[in-house]
Amino acid sequence: MPEPKPTLTGKAAVLEALPDHPAILAIHGWNAEAITDAKFDRGELALTISKDEIRGACSALMAGGYNAFQDVTAVDWFPSVPRFQVVYHACSHKFKDVVRLKVLVDEGDATVDSITPVWPGANYYEREVFDLFGIRFEGHPNLRRIMMPEEWKGHPLRKDYPVEGYR
Amino acid sequence: MPSLPDVGTPILQVPAAEGSRDQHMVLNMGPQHPSTHGVLRLVLEIDGEIVVRLYPEIGYLHTGIEKTCEAKFYQQVVPLTDRVDYLGPMNNNLAYSLAVEKLLELEIPEKAQWLRVLLSELTRINSHLIWLGTHAMDIGALTVFLYTFREREDLLRIFEMVSGQRMMTSYIRPGGLALEPPLGFFERVQTFITNFPEKIDEYSNLLTGNPIFVNRLKGIGHLSGEDALALGVTGPVMRASGIDFDVRRDMPYSSYEKFQFAVPVSNDCDVWARYVCRLVEMRESVKICQQALDGMPEGPIRADAPKIILPDREAMKTQMEALIHHFKIVTEGFPVPAGEVYQSIESGHGQVGYYIVSDGGPKPYRVHMRYPSFADLQALETMCQGRLLADVVAVIGSIDIVLGEIDR
Repeated sequence: MPEPKPTLTGKAAVLEALPDHPAILAIHGWNAEAITDAKFDRGELALTISKDEIRGACSALMAGGYNAFQDVTAVDWFPSVPRFQVVYHACSHKFKDVVRLKVLVDEGDATVDSITPVWPGANYYEREVFDLFGIRFEGHPNLRRIMMPEEWKGHPLRKDYPVEGYR
Repeated sequence: MPSLPDVGTPILQVPAAEGSRDQHMVLNMGPQHPSTHGVLRLVLEIDGEIVVRLYPEIGYLHTGIEKTCEAKFYQQVVPLTDRVDYLGPMNNNLAYSLAVEKLLELEIPEKAQWLRVLLSELTRINSHLIWLGTHAMDIGALTVFLYTFREREDLLRIFEMVSGQRMMTSYIRPGGLALEPPLGFFERVQTFITNFPEKIDEYSNLLTGNPIFVNRLKGIGHLSGEDALALGVTGPVMRASGIDFDVRRDMPYSSYEKFQFAVPVSNDCDVWARYVCRLVEMRESVKICQQALDGMPEGPIRADAPKIILPDREAMKTQMEALIHHFKIVTEGFPVPAGEVYQSIESGHGQVGYYIVSDGGPKPYRVHMRYPSFADLQALETMCQGRLLADVVAVIGSIDIVLGEIDR
């Protein structure tokens, strides 16, 4: 049984407890203001990044040893404000670790900078988030629907989209 | 609601890459093409026989599994995960179960962990067998298909024996396993893995020395290690590009750290390297299975958590408390503490990741499945650009795509 890991909430607590974490070193060293919130829970580090800094944060993370892109997805916290949370996962082969970055997005301005220029692999994942959540990615080379038919109305993974029946 | 961008086939919107547009031809391949392994549609821009650009059009198999998960109890999601990567159901069950167990902070008995490893490796062999048979068939070597499906039949019978289902097993569940393995199960697995290395030699004899097969595979579908990492490619395709990383070894789960096995890596970066890596992986899986059989610990196969795991049938019919738990779990599900986790495992195709968000209720708030074929498909254009149209079929076979896990 692995020893239980403490849960740390808040930027100050995480920075104090994990000053040597490679992901924190990479992003905090690049721009100390970019991290707005942090959480260490169940052995996983999640950093909330301010919306305008995500592309830079991903570059910094890649330079800091997180070489393998994993995943982009989103969570709809309807009816909370801000409504959406875009989630990025990056894996480091060197540190054998996965880090999670989060960006909070408002429904009124559901736009985030695309990270496809940093990680070309994010291309399809961002298209999927756009298709199923309706979040737009600025600077994406080919932002079209990927799963649903092109003429589809609505975004199925939003919480106000019904599971059954007609939309 | 944001407005939709312009729709239409991208090749017709973007100006031609090089040369005059008139000399280029747009060719549609699929979605019903036999070599596209499902319903994959490729739009190819070709100059004579040379591929200039390639756009995969996916979504024909989209069933909204992630949306459906949000409407089900945690235990009801398990059968849905079978249907995502339908060639490796146990690996899907395992990834999902590990993620839920991480949320619950549940300790799993050792025997269950070892059985999970055993079944996960058998699933990997199953997945690789289908890849080998269909890949060889795409190249024109029809015979191998019959041999690999002969061994796959043995494996499916093993799965049927242990779970009652050949393909959609739902055997690995949050908290442990569904049932004790039946009498004679371990002997049957032993017989299979004793005989299997000879069978790999048999496939190898048919293919590795076959000049037609070798010439079709060597030097095509080049993907550099940097490209593989940038495009999110994982698994055997990444390892065939010289990146030495395997989740089983480097971020072990389900007591994989107790097993000794080699991770095949090749620096050739081509379709042939992927073929060789997967053949070696099958041999290594056999070794892991043998270690799991030899050292199989005794003990329970489910965690001691009566409010999460369904009680035994016998207990449910004789004990009041077990009956109450059974009723509660079936009708109300079990609450999972709020939080979010990401669990990666190594499936037959590469790195599978389950991202689960819980709001504290009995249904997952969000389940996101990261499947390797989705990322691999992005690398298809890089691998095929500037090469012959006929090689596209070999390259698709080499990345071993399953449309079920791409479209979800």
